[in-house]
Amino acid sequence: METVTLTVKQVPDLYLECENVNPDAFAGKTAEQIAKMGAYQGKEISTLGEFFTIAGNAGATAADTKIVINGDCTKMKYIGAKMTAGEVVVNSACDMYTGSWMKGGKLTVNGDVHSFCALAMAGGEFTINGNAGNYLGAAYRGDWRGMSGGVLRVKGNAGSDVASFMTGGTMIIDGDVDIHLGTHMEGGKIILKGNANRRVGGQLVKGEIYVFGKINVMMPGYKPSGEVDLEVDGTKATFIDYTGDLGERHPKRKGATVYGHLFMKK
Amino acid sequence: MPKDVTDVICPFCGTLCDDVVVTVSDDNKTILSVKNACAIGAEKFNHQRLPGRVKRPRMRQPDGTYKEVSYDEAIDWTAKMLVKSRKTLMYGWASTSCQAMSIGHEIAEKVGGIVDNCATVCHGSSLIAIEDVGVPSCTLGEVKNRADRVIFWGCNPAHAHPRHMSRYSIFPRGFFTVKGHKGRKIYCVDCRYTDTAKCADTFIQVQQGFDYELLDAFRTAARGEALPDTVGGVPKEKIYEVVEELKGGRFGIIFFGMGLTHTMGRNHNIDEAICLTRDMNDFTKFVIMAMRGHWNVTGSGQVLGWQYGFPYAVDLSRRDQARHQTGETTSVDLLNRNEVEACFYIATDPGAHFPINAMISSSKKPTVTIDPHINCTTEISDVHIPVAMVGVEVGGCAYRMDNVPIETRKVVEPPEGMLTDEEVLTKINNRVDELLAKGGA
Ligand code: SF4
Repeated sequence: METVTLTVKQVPDLYLECENVNPDAFAGKTAEQIAKMGAYQGKEISTLGEFFTIAGNAGATAADTKIVINGDCTKMKYIGAKMTAGEVVVNSACDMYTGSWMKGGKLTVNGDVHSFCALAMAGGEFTINGNAGNYLGAAYRGDWRGMSGGVLRVKGNAGSDVASFMTGGTMIIDGDVDIHLGTHMEGGKIILKGNANRRVGGQLVKGEIYVFGKINVMMPGYKPSGEVDLEVDGTKATFIDYTGDLGERHPKRKGATVYGHLFMKK
Repeated sequence: MPKDVTDVICPFCGTLCDDVVVTVSDDNKTILSVKNACAIGAEKFNHQRLPGRVKRPRMRQPDGTYKEVSYDEAIDWTAKMLVKSRKTLMYGWASTSCQAMSIGHEIAEKVGGIVDNCATVCHGSSLIAIEDVGVPSCTLGEVKNRADRVIFWGCNPAHAHPRHMSRYSIFPRGFFTVKGHKGRKIYCVDCRYTDTAKCADTFIQVQQGFDYELLDAFRTAARGEALPDTVGGVPKEKIYEVVEELKGGRFGIIFFGMGLTHTMGRNHNIDEAICLTRDMNDFTKFVIMAMRGHWNVTGSGQVLGWQYGFPYAVDLSRRDQARHQTGETTSVDLLNRNEVEACFYIATDPGAHFPINAMISSSKKPTVTIDPHINCTTEISDVHIPVAMVGVEVGGCAYRMDNVPIETRKVVEPPEGMLTDEEVLTKINNRVDELLAKGGA
């Protein structure tokens, strides 16, 4: 695997749209060619070379390409967005859309990410070694398909509207989340190690949410249906199984109604 | 002799009352009196003859004072600002006509601006919910003629849309609602006992910030499922009782306002209310409508939606594609994050409504405001271009809160030499063309 190292040499005045910073776009290019790739700042198109010092050439394919980014990326959007293979490591906090629409490969952010990250993520591994903002792993506005595959891990806390319209994949959050976790969820698995504020699993159709901590206020449409012993992300414990959201529509399978499940650790 | 102009459209709130009678002076220059409009609507007409109106553009001088300049000078300054700025916020549009908006959008496409309207601090959350789950709605005429279950949830038309209740929602006798108020059951859900609540048959006092939970409980009850003893401070017996009453109606409507759009969860509250509406259609006819406030804000959403597919916060900085993300391309976020380089405000007063930090950020950028009056925003602008009042001194198309377009009427002449929004925007558009042809500002 070839490694391209990007070092921020100039922080943009406005926000820089780094749609080209991912293994798929870099594949088969030399450092000079990468430096000439475009990046938007508002309506002005400039080049990656203006903002980054670029060292090393990319591999022949995305899978053979690793990108390491050093320096202050807090004003950079779309890093690792739409990547399908390869690896990206960002040693900084990042702005919006980091890892959104990601389909494969490995993305690691050693810092915080802003809102709208991992939107509609479909595959791959995304690790955030910091906090995440709002709409993590949610759907794009108006879309009914949020995160649908892959594994997303957050070491810190996440904001509100996390995993809205999630349809598949696994999301593990070590810290706490704000309101509206898994709203409109239609599948997939959320493991929350910390506490949730309110409105967990509102309008949830299908899918599983595991909560290790507390929820401030439970949604009225959830009903306890017994206790189960489970092993969740390496932890064995007893969970109370709630079915819901009983206010929402639910599909039928083989004559039986399919409900979503909210497991609260005892 | 003074004369009466009849069937005038009120240019103030989203109810767009179309039965106003305005008496104007002989020379067509002054409004003498206004009949049928409510107090806030009449006040808008009265502004026309207030002394001290600015009649020519003003430009801020280095010492902070304003100097009168010609329209051409102001238009040239504006066009140069728009062409130079890499990202411009073009906010407002709610008190102008749809025709003016379309010219504004043409400019935005050329200069890569971000077009946003006052839904961004108002019913934007409703629009997000509509993007997510759609909306079963109707016209106000249908409400008047058919509705027998009327719910006001988190809105207070008694103060915000004063003639709404008498023209459409509570008192009028319609084709199938011949008994008027007596034939309707009125519900009000609010955390406070408002003046609208006083007109309701049933008042449900919800604990502040528990609307989403209560709406979910209504849906759960409608499906016949069990509920906890109280939800948001409302006993479950009450919830079951109201749901049964709603099911028993022939035509139900939920009107909602800022009590849902700007309390915890925002768009999710509307989303859940829309889903409740959808569920109720398993039992009877049910619809839902946003109580749009600012006059033609609905029109701005319509024109933007028709042209770009998104009703507000439309980012045209890529010129050939429209992007939209509440939280990113919305005015307050753009200003708070310092994501724009210049501000262009028209027909709305962000200075009076945006959070203070957003306006502090705005005040540090080159700013142009197009507005008939001096307001909070003109005072932090580099250039203020006064224009004729739309719906009073010039006509144009506006949309009522139920998305019905209404052609508004000119009642009096604007002050001599005063341009309209359409004229100013056309001139800016032409000047932008000239500058771009020359290769920039
Ligand atoms: S209710 Fe609204 S539209 Fe009607 S007169 Fe009053 S302000 Fe004007």
